[in-house]
Amino acid sequence: MDFNFSEEQGMLRDSLKRYLADAYGFEQRKLIVNAKSAEPSRHWKAFAEELGILGASFSEAYGGYAASGSNGAVETMIVMEEFGKALVVEPYLGTVVIGGGFMKHSANAMAADVIAKIIRGDALIAFAYAEPQGQYNLADLCTTARRDGECYILNGHKAVVIGAPSATHYIVTARTSGAQWDRDGVSVFLVDARNPNIARRDYPTVDGQQASELYFENITVPAENLLGAEGQGLSLVEQVVDEAIAAVSAEAVGCMRKLHEGTVDYARQRKQFGVPISSFQVLQHAMVDMFMEVELALSMTTMLTLKLSEPAHARSMAASATKVQIGKSCKFVGQNAIQIHGGIGISNELTIGHYFKRSTMIESQFGSVDHHLQRYDTLSLAI
Amino acid sequence: MNLEFSAEDIAFRDMVHQFIAAQYPLSLRTKAASDEEATKEDFLAWHRIVAKQGWIAPAWPKEYGGPGWTPVQRYIWSEACAAADTIPILPFGINMLAPVVYTFGTPEQKQKFLPPTLSGDIWWCQGYSEPGSGSDLASLKTKALRGTDAEGDHYIVNGQKTWTTLAQYADWGFFLVCTGDASMKAQQSISFLLIDMKSPGVTVRPIITLGGEHEVNEVWLENVRVPVSNRIHDENKGWDCAKFLLAHERSGIAAVARSKRGIDKIKGIARSERRCGQPLLNDPFFKRKLSELEIDLTALEYTELRTLAGENAGKGPGPESSLLKIKGTEIQQRVTELALEAVGHYGAPYFRGFPDDGDNMHPIGPDYAHRAAPTYFNGRKTSIYGGSNEIQRNIIAKMVLGL
Repeated sequence: MDFNFSEEQGMLRDSLKRYLADAYGFEQRKLIVNAKSAEPSRHWKAFAEELGILGASFSEAYGGYAASGSNGAVETMIVMEEFGKALVVEPYLGTVVIGGGFMKHSANAMAADVIAKIIRGDALIAFAYAEPQGQYNLADLCTTARRDGECYILNGHKAVVIGAPSATHYIVTARTSGAQWDRDGVSVFLVDARNPNIARRDYPTVDGQQASELYFENITVPAENLLGAEGQGLSLVEQVVDEAIAAVSAEAVGCMRKLHEGTVDYARQRKQFGVPISSFQVLQHAMVDMFMEVELALSMTTMLTLKLSEPAHARSMAASATKVQIGKSCKFVGQNAIQIHGGIGISNELTIGHYFKRSTMIESQFGSVDHHLQRYDTLSLAI
Repeated sequence: MNLEFSAEDIAFRDMVHQFIAAQYPLSLRTKAASDEEATKEDFLAWHRIVAKQGWIAPAWPKEYGGPGWTPVQRYIWSEACAAADTIPILPFGINMLAPVVYTFGTPEQKQKFLPPTLSGDIWWCQGYSEPGSGSDLASLKTKALRGTDAEGDHYIVNGQKTWTTLAQYADWGFFLVCTGDASMKAQQSISFLLIDMKSPGVTVRPIITLGGEHEVNEVWLENVRVPVSNRIHDENKGWDCAKFLLAHERSGIAAVARSKRGIDKIKGIARSERRCGQPLLNDPFFKRKLSELEIDLTALEYTELRTLAGENAGKGPGPESSLLKIKGTEIQQRVTELALEAVGHYGAPYFRGFPDDGDNMHPIGPDYAHRAAPTYFNGRKTSIYGGSNEIQRNIIAKMVLGL
């Protein structure tokens, strides 16, 4: 058993931390968020060229830098944790973790080419999986794909696609057969974002990202863009989403660490009744409870990260267990951080509220606490 | 002992329900249902309708324009308003300032300020909190220096107030200021001043909160001249006014009816949202949380009714009302939490636009979803304002348990 990071992993964290401290402060982030641009910010090129983090979780076989024999999960955890601390809004999760994940696991003929573009910073990928009616059920799909010669024809509406405005590609889940929420009949496609029959409605999200509604009307997708086997895509989707859960969990840990540290710092400075409010035992205990939540969240995230290569059943149980912990911890840490800050915590001008907003959105990203408790229940009965 | 309202109270309840059904403007009805931010005119429209009926100030004595209702009738009225989801009657003038004026004010002050407060012609804001004085209100730094010139006795006021709700619309504000010197105990050096917000030297600056709302403000006072005749009660006796006001602020703080209405809205959402084709409302995990919330709200409701029965019997609301504040705000927050949870993915889109670019867009997703996250974020204030829940627990520990 070894919970230590390698020297290379330590260097990855240090260089990223330094870069974000210099170039991605709160004011700089605010400019990016307020610009609401459909282009990636200048940082994306820096991530690719200056820092090399876009290749950190890909193996050498794909031109990446992950340690040989590793699946790159620890590298992803490091990057996402630092991103959480700096509230980075760049589309790393969609592009590298999810887009890269689908390419790696699907063994599609285009995988090497797309991954090379991801590492260079030329491909930006958004994951179009959610639909208005489906809540968090990955199989609940009304979007359809119909085989037509050498192509598939897609129709449907994808909801809240994070990172869609700047994406060059979408990864789209669609139903090729079966009833609306059957496990069988789910297929996954890599779709060129410039496809003219895709209508896009862009908007910002409450946590400072850019997202879109995507409407497909008879869009044509070449058959070679099918990722995995037709109708058998759900297990691939679940694998990638479990990996994405590990990534947002690491982001949540970074975010919560900042919520906790920021609260302890503030409580030391803020005086009421002639003393720092950190001297009040009731607030001390709240801050201790926050600390414990962050530690437990980190433990679960580490556990999941190290279990991502296990067989599907064990991996999914670990992912759902972790997401339950993360959801609960985010709520507790976020709410207490605001409470201890008092009125100033609700102002949009301070960083603390923005950590609270992001951590709140992570609570339900890829499934709420209830969703994952139920998934865990089902999986544990199937042992 | 029984749980029934009297026949008179039931007749009264029917009357107020009929009034709201007939008089509440349709435009406000649709706005409130989707948690839209209300404008100044929205607030005033309903205020004027209720004022015309003579019901705007349920707790005021009859001689100043109150309707002469019992505490139970007041409760029935506020329940009826909440059940109909009416826009709130803002508390600053009616519930907070006016009782101070009719209790401590001079006949001239009563004459000058009470009628326009009733009619809605004066919009009041509350200048209490300062950047360094939140829970510890007695530590305030805003200074008022006494002087005399050709125009008479006055104070020159300097300082900064914060979290001033809807000050951007206010005609007048009531302020706690420091009039004593360093040798005096903080509580004995505070005075209660009424300040015309149009006075030279008053600057109101917006504070934008997490959901993008402009609801609260900073108020800067720079050499603001305030006639001594605008001071309520004696100099350095402002703390008495403040304490008296806090006791009056409590009425309705449990917000039971509003939370009931919030739970109804969640049920509506959970009937529309589906998991594997089944309404979310049938989901045992979700249903359990909703039922627990409803049961906790019932416990709060009957606690409030017990308090109310005591008030009807002539006992003023005691420090027990801190219980209503703590539990009431915790429940309000759980309502906003559960609503956000229920809307799923459509909690994420943000449609206000940042305040300076004003690009309010037509929202996507169901109508019930697009305000869920901002309402949740904004709802965190309820356990902070009006004396934080930590302070309320201290009050119960000290005043009720004698610890």
